[in-house]
Amino acid sequence: MPIGLYVHIPYCQHKCGYCDFNSHAGADRTEQARYVDALLLEMELWAARPEVAGEQVIAVFVGGGTPTLLEGEQLSRVLTGIRQRFNLAPDAEVTIEGNPGTVDVEGEKLQRAFDAGANRISLGVQARQRHLLERLGRIHDALQVEEAVAAARRAGFTNINLDLMYGLPGQTPADFRETVAWALSLDPTHISAYSLILEEGTPFYLAFEAGRLHLPPEEAEEQMFREGKALLEAAGFEHYEISNYARPGHWCRHNLIYWRNEHYLGLGCGAHSFLRLAAPLENLGAPRPGLTASRVQGGSEVETAPGRPGQHYRFWNLKHPGTYRAALERGVLPVEAGEAVGRRQEMAETMFMGLRLLEGVSDHRFAARFGVSISAVYGAEVERLQRQGLVEWEGGALRLTPRGLRLANLVWEAFV
Amino acid sequence: MVDQKHIRNFCIIAHIDHGKSTLADRLIEFTGVLTQREMEDQVLDNMDLERERGITIKAQSVRMEYAADDGQQYVLNLIDTPGHVDFTYEVSRALAGCEGALLVVDASQGIEAQTLANVYMALEHDLEIIPVINKIDLPSADPEKVKQEIEEVIGLDTSIAIMASAKAGIGMKEILEAVVNFIPPPQGDRRAPLRALIYDSFYDSYKGVITYFRVFEGTVRKGDRIRFMATGKEFIVDELYVFRPGLTPVEELAAGEVGALAATIKEVKNVRVGDTITLAENPAPEPLPGYRRATPMVFTGLYPVESNDYGRLREALEKLQLNDASLSFEPETSEALGLGFRCGFLGLLHMDIIQERLEREFDLALITTAPNVIYRVNLTSGEQMMIENPADWPDPSHIASVEEPVIKASIITPSEYVGPLMELCQDRRGTFLNMEYLNEKRVNLHYKLPLSEIMYDFFDQLKTRSRGYASFDYEVTGYEQADMVKMDILLNGESVDALSSIVHREKAQKLGRALVRKLRKLIPRHMFEVPIQAAVGNKILARENIAPLRKDVLAKCYGGDVTRKRKLLEKQKEGKKRMKAVGSVEIPQEAFMAVLSTNPDDD
Repeated sequence: MPIGLYVHIPYCQHKCGYCDFNSHAGADRTEQARYVDALLLEMELWAARPEVAGEQVIAVFVGGGTPTLLEGEQLSRVLTGIRQRFNLAPDAEVTIEGNPGTVDVEGEKLQRAFDAGANRISLGVQARQRHLLERLGRIHDALQVEEAVAAARRAGFTNINLDLMYGLPGQTPADFRETVAWALSLDPTHISAYSLILEEGTPFYLAFEAGRLHLPPEEAEEQMFREGKALLEAAGFEHYEISNYARPGHWCRHNLIYWRNEHYLGLGCGAHSFLRLAAPLENLGAPRPGLTASRVQGGSEVETAPGRPGQHYRFWNLKHPGTYRAALERGVLPVEAGEAVGRRQEMAETMFMGLRLLEGVSDHRFAARFGVSISAVYGAEVERLQRQGLVEWEGGALRLTPRGLRLANLVWEAFV
Repeated sequence: MVDQKHIRNFCIIAHIDHGKSTLADRLIEFTGVLTQREMEDQVLDNMDLERERGITIKAQSVRMEYAADDGQQYVLNLIDTPGHVDFTYEVSRALAGCEGALLVVDASQGIEAQTLANVYMALEHDLEIIPVINKIDLPSADPEKVKQEIEEVIGLDTSIAIMASAKAGIGMKEILEAVVNFIPPPQGDRRAPLRALIYDSFYDSYKGVITYFRVFEGTVRKGDRIRFMATGKEFIVDELYVFRPGLTPVEELAAGEVGALAATIKEVKNVRVGDTITLAENPAPEPLPGYRRATPMVFTGLYPVESNDYGRLREALEKLQLNDASLSFEPETSEALGLGFRCGFLGLLHMDIIQERLEREFDLALITTAPNVIYRVNLTSGEQMMIENPADWPDPSHIASVEEPVIKASIITPSEYVGPLMELCQDRRGTFLNMEYLNEKRVNLHYKLPLSEIMYDFFDQLKTRSRGYASFDYEVTGYEQADMVKMDILLNGESVDALSSIVHREKAQKLGRALVRKLRKLIPRHMFEVPIQAAVGNKILARENIAPLRKDVLAKCYGGDVTRKRKLLEKQKEGKKRMKAVGSVEIPQEAFMAVLSTNPDDD
């Protein structure tokens, strides 16, 4: 079964106030180089394993952090390393994430990345207005975004995503309309529009709790969502996931793997994987202290779909770049912990991840995967959600209604 | 058996924080009952809660042996007493077993309201009182002034007053000598038929009910067949004990002594505090005068958060009741909260403590409804109803008049705070009675107040408005007519029984407004608009709307971290399970307590 590959680059020039991803500022060139060495060691270990060796990789996503903070040569080593060690499909989507502020004007980095096999770039743009970017703690301005897009095109990229945000402190619907129109003028193939989420522990969250962060009123946030959607759809973009829009044929294949609850391998510190493993987790790699069966949660349920032997596992790497690297330097997989995913849990995850997609969860695919229909498992929940006007059946798929799109948490929680 | 003239039974009365328990500990240590190593701090407060809060809830006893300066060996029985107004009845029980009391007064604080109440009670029991001025080693101590206060306010002779510091161990010997010299030995014919007064009991899972008593007449021995005079039940005494301070077996106890017995008594209801124990073979003709049974004053509904914990809650209440006869409970059903209990408490502190013990010792998650007093409702039919639950409030058209319990409050305060405190009492529908000066700086303020008005943060307000200096005591004096109405809270048009409360008509509007504002903040948004209304009868007093939920969606999915996402959804779902659904509205637990903490002046 084809898989996706995620590679985590945990470095940022500056940590933004809203960010709770695994990223660290202040790493120097040497530290980055050693991290890339560790990534190559990890690829080495996985490439030799039967769980991965035979599988075709159909999408690669180098994310972060800020992958474009790496030197061009380092980016190239990562991408070449993947190509050499894994069975990359000829038409695989290979995305690198970048911050417009870390893309050099000459475009050397992007050129090296493109030449090493990247064919899609995702730029963190967020907004056009300088005061909003400053409030977010972004290190770039609108001009740098335009330059970065131009540099990407010169390097050969034609598949370009721009990340936008709405519901930002100080942002008005007019600001967001302006941002969307401007982003469209840069002619990307894909636009992600995220509503700001205050994650616990972030500076934004703390400021909000202390009453020092003023978010736009709900009505304004809703207006931004509505108007953004309308502008993007009018420009020919498909709204295919809660926060994602794309020109036809340009849906993000890597993220589709997550949303369809398919398999992926995560490389790099803190990266998550979801794979079917023939042997239990503790037998992965060389035995090492700290990873015992007790840390594998929920491992008792062994029932899997008919005709598909083996057990599904979610597991994740050590979060800190230092401990991650240390494990690899000892020659062991840097897995921190994991959980076996039983059939029932996999069904739940298939539902709440799949219901992020506007096409919904196909009953046919669900039945092919689990041997039972959605209604047979979740009949009562689905009926209630239908009565509440949050979900609907359409073309053999269960999907969110426009109302459900705004209240999706209420839908998803019904399946856990 | 100890000769009566070598026995002294005494207790310590003091205000909270004046050092009563520390003093008891030092006396125990001084007489060598326990070595210093065996001493756990504050031996007599052995409940976790008592230690944490620094208060005494249950009366406790200890027997000390003391070689006095006169060359004689004495047995001193010390009965520790609670200091809080809620536990006044515990104090009166303790006093009945004593011939004397140490009155402990803090050398810098002076007399407090609770001290006065307990001293008067001790005087009523004809106890010999020895003043002890404690904490004399503190820089702020002014023992002469405190002595003067004791003489003027209570009228006690302070020539025998002892200067002490329990903490520093100063004056311990002097106290013990005074106990021997000034407190009279117990009397009572040891050959007369047995009469022993039960002042406490507790349940031991191995030995059954352990009964605490003071022998007034006669003698009881191991193996005797005893009879409880009120219930008529008879038992064979398995073991007799004295308190050292653990239960230490003895062969017999005679008039003047204090002790406990085990007699394989399985049911706690057979042992009634205040009952008299006599011997089956040679019974006393008359029981001793008992105690007035403690009457619960404050009522609240207690409901398990998880409805299948109902059985566990009942068992827990039964267990607590074994050692606390003043706790009452009976099953009740709420439309909103399901099965629970209407519980009666002596006061708010008592309620607080029971609730905390249920949650801590029995690991129960509870929803408590707003507490209320018992109202006397006179119906137009001429009938009278006692209402302890707002749900039972009759239709207003059937009510001729309502009477509520009133208290006489005594507030002792430095005179500069009289203004703010009078304002507080006025706000609480108080009637000024009089004010007396204890000395040039301190006054005793007397007010008549409705009991219901002191249930909501009165004590906190008292402390705030007097910067912590005022002390407060009260006694319930009776019932008075009041214009009380039932205020209902409607959510989405439906009345929620557990949120109803009985309020004074003139305050209903203001309270109703404050309460709906508060509920608006506490009740989460739903998919539809939820109106919250406060109403008396058909009249809507206040209304707020909870706006419908517009957005609840995670924008991102944290890369491949599906585990985190699933856990977030599980947590969200779990949170909703802990709410109670009334109709289509989910109500969090805190909302049911909102009534309690709602201040009409909140914005």
